Amino acid sequence: MGALEAAPAARRRGAVRNVLRGAASPVFFLGPAVLLIAALFLAPAVVTVAISLTNLSVATGLTHYRWIGIGNYGLIAHSPWLVLVLRNTVLYVVATLVLFNVGFALVLAILTAHLSDRAAGVFRVLWMLPRITPSVILAMMWRWFAAEPPYGTVSQVLGLVGIPGHNWMNAHPWAFVVALNGFVGASFGMIIFSSAIAGIPRDQYLAAQVDGASAWQQVWRITLPRLRWPILFVTAYQTLSLLTSFEYILLTTNGGPGFYTTEVWSLYAFHLALSNYFGNTQFGLGAALAAVLVVLGLGASLVYLRVFRFGELVAAPRIEVN
Amino acid sequence: MTPDAVGPHGRWGVAAALMVLTAPIIVLYGWLLLASFSVTITGLVPHGLTLANWRFLWQTLPNEANAWVAAGNSLTFAVTVAVLEVLVGAMAAYALSRLTFPGRGLFLGSTIVLHSFPSVTLLIAIFLILRALGLYDRLAGVILVKLALDLPLGIWIMKGFFDAVPWDVEMAALVDGYSRIRVWWKVMLPLIRPGLFAFAIFAFLSGWNEFLLPYVLLPSQDSQTLSVLMASLSGEERFADYGLVTALSVFYILPAVAVFALTQRYLLRIFSGGVKG
Repeated sequence: MGALEAAPAARRRGAVRNVLRGAASPVFFLGPAVLLIAALFLAPAVVTVAISLTNLSVATGLTHYRWIGIGNYGLIAHSPWLVLVLRNTVLYVVATLVLFNVGFALVLAILTAHLSDRAAGVFRVLWMLPRITPSVILAMMWRWFAAEPPYGTVSQVLGLVGIPGHNWMNAHPWAFVVALNGFVGASFGMIIFSSAIAGIPRDQYLAAQVDGASAWQQVWRITLPRLRWPILFVTAYQTLSLLTSFEYILLTTNGGPGFYTTEVWSLYAFHLALSNYFGNTQFGLGAALAAVLVVLGLGASLVYLRVFRFGELVAAPRIEVN
Repeated sequence: MTPDAVGPHGRWGVAAALMVLTAPIIVLYGWLLLASFSVTITGLVPHGLTLANWRFLWQTLPNEANAWVAAGNSLTFAVTVAVLEVLVGAMAAYALSRLTFPGRGLFLGSTIVLHSFPSVTLLIAIFLILRALGLYDRLAGVILVKLALDLPLGIWIMKGFFDAVPWDVEMAALVDGYSRIRVWWKVMLPLIRPGLFAFAIFAFLSGWNEFLLPYVLLPSQDSQTLSVLMASLSGEERFADYGLVTALSVFYILPAVAVFALTQRYLLRIFSGGVKG
């Protein structure tokens, strides 16, 4: 190694240079990311909170708005739809998360692990399709899938066994919304669980097989315990994603059918802030709804972070060389 | 789990079960492909085969952007986003994994807080800021916004890659008199290349599919992306030409599917360093 042969003077000069570099490097490495995030993510978040304290709307324009303090939050607290929208949000997040993003994802990961790499790859590509399909297209495909006879595929297939067809999206809006979002969401967990399963030593399964354990016992006793962290990670991450994502609902039921049947919190904020039926878009109220959603998300994150032991994740580097 | 955990009969059973679970996906995409070559379609039964739905390949649709130009815009957008996100993200992730400096924990914590902001509700504020910066209706502006919104998660994932590299490797280089920047570029990046590659693929796919940001922040027709052209064609529900829309959908999805199918074997690695085992 070069350092061992270097003369003491040169080494001292090197040490001085290293100290200078040490001070400069965090700035160099973090500068671009911090600038970008501060200007185009943090600043908009702060501006959004500020907007929530005004009555900014299309009617007031960008010049004639007033600061109204926490007036918008009062409106939300006293809204007659608060309970309905909250209930919808919880139903949407919990059902999609439990049934698909974790449940279905686990089934897929465990089943594909039993196949050869090539066969498993085919199924992984198929399940990734909804995720890599633009939302506009996927929503259209699902609307046609569930359409009334003679266009809908579900109606056509069920018609073969004599079940009368209708528009399945309007007849069972929640099943439709959860299935559509779930078929997109399942692949995230599937990939994470698959890579975790791939990391489990083969010996453990071989030993279990020698002891006569059934396939089901192997899943229950070896695989699932090793997936505890990945399951927690997927649950935490997807809770936040689901809370804030409403694109597929917007592009299919748009909160209906009927009055607010599938209106979730983020969609409600979008409707008030960016597109409502009365043409008077209420930016202030929409921003306040977004801010409440952030608080809900933060609450969930804090619980998960406690479980995750956030302190360990952000622990300072063990050795520091400058 | 291993392929031999269940017998050969069991493996066929597993494959059959997966086929049943996957059937809706196969039907959905089968329908899309059939519809793109049909005059009309009822359920999975096409009526009258045609290539007219694909006319956007050789002519520009009236009052719309050219499909090839839009595809070029999407490609530029997606590639730039992927490259910059890996570069900027890997720099920040390295610092967070290996250096101590004031505000480190704060930065890591606040990126999680930001993640819980629904990006759509930030659009009004982003619009105001982009306009103030003179970047509204410019491709560069949308690219920067996309980067800012996706970087926090990217930094967390790439920090996991760096965390997984043993200290000794880096120590040896530092003792040899390498600067931190040179260590990052010459020693660390080559070591985590598989993870970075996987991450770049996901960033590319996310950029290729991005709809809301270009739709709101990039209204000019000559800089339209494929997603915006799609929305424009399928917008007026009753008047939409569904044959055309399905054909354009296939045209739009194919590159993404090809990229994913060709690289999926390497993509599993993205999470191997980022999640506790």
